[in-house]
Amino acid sequence: MAAPGAGGTDVLNELVGQSYKYGFVTDIEADTAPKGLSEEIVRFISARKDEPEWLLTWRLKAYHHWLTMPEPTWAKVSFPPLDYQDAYYYSAPKNLPKLESLDDIDPEIKRTYDKLGIPLHEQQILAGVAVDAVFDSVSVATTFKKKLEEYGVIFCPISEAVQKHPELVRKYLGSVVPYTDNKHATLNSAVFTDGSFVYVPPGVRCPMELSTYFRINAAKTGQFERTLIIADRGSYVSYLEGCTAPMRDENQLHAAVVELVALDDAEIKYSTVQNWYPGDEQGRGGIFNFVTKRGACRGRNSKISWTQVETGSAITWKYPSCILQGDNSVGEFYSIAITNNYQQADTGTKMIHLGRNTRSRIISKGISAGHGQQTYRGLVRVAARAEGARNHTQCDSLLIGSTCGAHTVPYIESHNRSAVVEHEATTSRISDDQLFYCRQRGLKLEDAVALVVNGFCRDVLQQLPMEFAVEAQKLVGISLEGSVG
Amino acid sequence: MLEIRDLHATVNGKAILKGLTLTVGAGEVHAIMGPNGAGKSTLAYVLAGRDGYEVTGGDFLVDGRSLLDLAPEDRAQAGLFLAFQYPVEIPGVSNSTFLREAVNAQRRSRGEPDLDALQFIKLARQKMNSLGMTDEMLKRPVNVGFSGGEKKRNEVLQLAILEPKVAVMDETDSGLDVDALRTVARAVNALRAPKRSFLMITHYERLLEEIVPDRVHILADGRIVGSGGPELAREIERTGYAAYAAAAA
Repeated sequence: MAAPGAGGTDVLNELVGQSYKYGFVTDIEADTAPKGLSEEIVRFISARKDEPEWLLTWRLKAYHHWLTMPEPTWAKVSFPPLDYQDAYYYSAPKNLPKLESLDDIDPEIKRTYDKLGIPLHEQQILAGVAVDAVFDSVSVATTFKKKLEEYGVIFCPISEAVQKHPELVRKYLGSVVPYTDNKHATLNSAVFTDGSFVYVPPGVRCPMELSTYFRINAAKTGQFERTLIIADRGSYVSYLEGCTAPMRDENQLHAAVVELVALDDAEIKYSTVQNWYPGDEQGRGGIFNFVTKRGACRGRNSKISWTQVETGSAITWKYPSCILQGDNSVGEFYSIAITNNYQQADTGTKMIHLGRNTRSRIISKGISAGHGQQTYRGLVRVAARAEGARNHTQCDSLLIGSTCGAHTVPYIESHNRSAVVEHEATTSRISDDQLFYCRQRGLKLEDAVALVVNGFCRDVLQQLPMEFAVEAQKLVGISLEGSVG
Repeated sequence: MLEIRDLHATVNGKAILKGLTLTVGAGEVHAIMGPNGAGKSTLAYVLAGRDGYEVTGGDFLVDGRSLLDLAPEDRAQAGLFLAFQYPVEIPGVSNSTFLREAVNAQRRSRGEPDLDALQFIKLARQKMNSLGMTDEMLKRPVNVGFSGGEKKRNEVLQLAILEPKVAVMDETDSGLDVDALRTVARAVNALRAPKRSFLMITHYERLLEEIVPDRVHILADGRIVGSGGPELAREIERTGYAAYAAAAA
């Protein structure tokens, strides 16, 4: 065994030795791979998933490239260096210890569930309370799966898609976010375990918001989630990701990748509510959410719209972007980000205008409270051939208290004289006048804060699908509790 | 009924109210007049419990209960309403959302169930009809882009919906033309009720031609220095505050 302070080679040897000791390459019954990252681990994951050779090769290319990559350093966030060898990269879905009833869970979490209005049986599942084998949402899920099949919509775990629709996965995986993209995305490419796959055939309007009824399943996706959504010609799909309920996870690093592809006349609407554990009030613990989300408007008249409500995580590093390749294609980014206590967020978007008459719209609402630090970082690039491109960006920051920070870093690169790029930015403070006015009418201080902030976020909230919007509004209030007064 | 007993208050360490005593009986309308700097708006904020307005002595009661130690929202729930001189804009929040939140906050404090959106709209329409207002105002964001007259009418609408025991009207006439003043005054008159007390804070006598008070008080240098019937307001209009200000000094 390597002595403390031993060099990297020894550590690697130790890991390799361990791997053989447990024999996990061949023993596919193993539930958890040992700690650390190595080629063996990547092979293990691929084998565990019974993947075809091309996918293993792709993972390995990503892994070897990852070894050569520096950490991205341009975001305005600070955290100690990540120890990639002190983490697990594969564990089968775990059976959490079951609780007898909801009375056994942390009262703080129970209170939040109640405030969000989450139905009782969903609360039980989220909290890991033992429930009857057959509960409503399973039968609901089955019904909806049938309906999707009628329309020819494929909606399944990406690991299942690899087996059943390898031609689609192989064609599109990594086509928007290449495995060389950035250190976090490359890591994901090497070790992703699961995620969602959606394919909407030509001319089909997906008959329901995807994942609404799959919230509980989605809550169990792992730390290296990989999502791929393809909207074929003239199709439409709206996809909801995440959960308003606070989610805890012992894995600190989350590095997801989401790729969207919209072909001619297709539209994808992707909505996220992210409420991962943000750490405690002193800033201890909490998830590092380093996500790469990107959509390609490949076809003419295609459209991709990102809407996000980011309230959780200790650190959020996330730039859902659109590559506007097709002529007349449209990209949209609507964002609400809240940082309270010691949370940090560096988030924004990239709109890359390549096609003619492409249009993009960005509305970002950042709310900072406590010691929260938040940066909007956005790139609008207009290529030389993007005749007639237009962008409008509106970027508003709201400060609560005097110890938080808000920063706006817009990058604009225009290489076409006909392009029109507009950027508006405001920074304001929540006003005592507004809070007093609300309180004089009988609202409690925290309800007054929630009301004013929800008003500030209205332009973005109204982009969310209805059922998500109602929960998101409540979440905005809950996230800011204790920030004033 | 509103009782103010020997109230002393400071703002930024400066004494503004210096022993103010006043009782407005149930069903009565009283007016407080006074020169600039007499402490009129300070009185309104002190009653409503605004931060930075510190009570250093005395007390005040609504229907026999002291509200002094209560937070602003608890005072509101106890039946105290302040019509603001400068109503505040809340962008992105519709007037109907704002009012429904307020109504329901107060209902909850009384142990009553929330009104749902439909029940609320019904209540709001009924109140607006009785005040001669259109419900277009409900859809707009709170006070955003409202004219001076609309803002004051919106305050009166809130009063009508929240049905307080005590309504303090701070310079409700300021910034209004004659027509707008009449509209607002008519609405206030319609809201006079046997169990409701009004305290009208005003600068000019003009408003009191439209809303005839039971009593008029002169506030100067933080104290009531004279009281009388509605005729006192007319006298002030003729002679000004100089005599009272001198008496207070």
